[in-house]
Amino acid sequence: MVHGEFWTVRELFVTPNEYIYWSVQIVMYPFMTGLVAGAFVLSSLYHVFGIKQLKDIARFALVFSFALLPAAPLPIILHLQHPFRGINNLMTPHFTSAIAAFGIVFSTYGAIVASELWFLYRKHFVEQSLYLKKRPDKTLGEKLMYFIYTVLTLGAYDVSEKALHKDEKAIKILAAIGIPVACFLHGYAGFIFGSVKANALWMTPLMPVIFIMSAVVSGIALCMLTYIVTMEFRKYFACRKQSPTYSPECREEIKSVEINVIRMTAKYLLFFLIFAISLELLDLIFRGYTAVKSWDVLRSVIYGKDFAAIFILQYGIGNLIPFILFLLPGMTIRRAIIGVLLVMFGVFMMRWNVVIGGQAFSLTFAGYMHYHLPIIPHNMETLKEGLFGAMGVFVSPFILFYFLTKIFPVFGLKESH
Amino acid sequence: MISRRDLLKNTAKAVAGISVPLAALEILTPARVQALKTDKAVRWAFLVDTYKCVGCGLCVKACKNENEIPYDANVTRTWVERYVLTKDGRFFADSPKGARDGFISSKIDLGKGNYQDIKQEEIKKAFFVPKLCNQCENPPCVQVCPVGATYQAPDGVVLVDRTWCIGCGYCIMACPYGVRFFHPVHHTAEKCNFCYHRITKGMKSACVQACPFGARQIGNIKDPNDPVAKTITTERVGILKSEYGTKPQVYYIGLDEEVR
Repeated sequence: MVHGEFWTVRELFVTPNEYIYWSVQIVMYPFMTGLVAGAFVLSSLYHVFGIKQLKDIARFALVFSFALLPAAPLPIILHLQHPFRGINNLMTPHFTSAIAAFGIVFSTYGAIVASELWFLYRKHFVEQSLYLKKRPDKTLGEKLMYFIYTVLTLGAYDVSEKALHKDEKAIKILAAIGIPVACFLHGYAGFIFGSVKANALWMTPLMPVIFIMSAVVSGIALCMLTYIVTMEFRKYFACRKQSPTYSPECREEIKSVEINVIRMTAKYLLFFLIFAISLELLDLIFRGYTAVKSWDVLRSVIYGKDFAAIFILQYGIGNLIPFILFLLPGMTIRRAIIGVLLVMFGVFMMRWNVVIGGQAFSLTFAGYMHYHLPIIPHNMETLKEGLFGAMGVFVSPFILFYFLTKIFPVFGLKESH
Repeated sequence: MISRRDLLKNTAKAVAGISVPLAALEILTPARVQALKTDKAVRWAFLVDTYKCVGCGLCVKACKNENEIPYDANVTRTWVERYVLTKDGRFFADSPKGARDGFISSKIDLGKGNYQDIKQEEIKKAFFVPKLCNQCENPPCVQVCPVGATYQAPDGVVLVDRTWCIGCGYCIMACPYGVRFFHPVHHTAEKCNFCYHRITKGMKSACVQACPFGARQIGNIKDPNDPVAKTITTERVGILKSEYGTKPQVYYIGLDEEVR
């Protein structure tokens, strides 16, 4: 079977070679890079602009965006017909192609996040390394941690007031450089689609900007969600009767910190959400108003075949309902969880409607293609580019985050920048 | 002993030096030098006379066999489209299996197993249009290839390097004519190349040779004595989808506004 044939159903006049070649992994790619960029922007809001209310979530967001990093190229590699040749993209980049810049943009960004993380945790590395060094009769695990921390210090053991001040400055500079790079990383994912002139739905200069805005929205939402989940765990462990930190007010204390951070972050989420929706609607109105040759088929897709996916799932459930949830007074944690889950779903649907929706009509403008996501895999192709492949990509950063927090603890550090 | 500052400095220098992209350096292979030295006055172009096409599909059959595209796979380097316009203004078009077996039924294939029967007396006009790669002067597929696995030969034909293609599908997305697909066996981008292995040896492409009606012709547009070049330069011919600015090099006689 030809690639794409399995999940494509064709209707009316479609030329023989047209299938849905870019499937669910290409939906995951901008979704995951969006989360990376968004998480980083959130952490930078504190480091660069000094928004104090975000202090608690900033450190968390940075570690999380580091954990998300490998999840950006993963879907592309899973989508490639020759995954082992993916490295060619770095070895012989052909710079007229938007994809060729991926290696450079991505590694620049990765380097920035990694070095910012290093400056942020340098003191912790030194302390841990020195502490474990002194410790007699180290267990195997402690030996391993000692080795990791010693390597991570990179030989810089100076933790004087002056040196730490310099670190702080470095973090600020890196975060400031990081914002445009993060936006570029994601805006460039938008460019990959927006510059395809053969695709009537994709081709718009607004695409990179729309992608950045929705990226920030989804990134903030994911950080909020993970923050809530970890805080709930903390609350549970710190406030058990057996716990040494137990006090009757403990639960309330953590809860009030948590809800304050969430309230504050939700404001920024709404701010970016308004931008994203405005741009998307502008694009839609503009297409309808100018009504060029492709509009007939686009209209039949947007208002007909994909109506439920676009207007009900994306705009309704994914944008409007969380919008109301966040605006209503008296925010609660439970409502915030529902809100951020819906926001993330909305952004995912937006990616879906762009990537799959862009292939829902034929180049002839007289035929349609329907995508059926493979659920039960029966070969490598349907595993990689099916429900399980997509889920794997989505879950991977959480697993990585769990291991990263063993080395970069996100809570409970006495001093933090 | 080397100081940390020096180590960092030298590392930065080394990294900067190494990262001078290899792409910036052009390595001339003997074959390329040969190609540059030889006569550059070749630019392959294709001429399709739609009045002569009867939709027999022999060109598609010949192409599949010649270029080893699995016979039953639902992809093809070239295909024939059938257009039917009715007196009451309805538009129908299809290309079942790329017209590999010709148009054996008068019913229009609507996809999903549905067929539309149109009565002879309802038809206003009906015609066939063969399609193949346009070997664009400004090929978007070459522009978007991230690894340079697809490229334009000096004589204008766009080729694919099967050993280097990573199979990302960006070129397939970028082609406004839908001529590209993934080869079912090699899993790399695949397209019509005017039978490059034949035309560079002075033969005609397989589809041209197979066409019993002379609807397909190939020639060198830079040669003033070439019959194809003569027709293209002196007669009224059309191209497909000029709005994309790709400057296609497949010219059509008898193109209709309904042709997609």
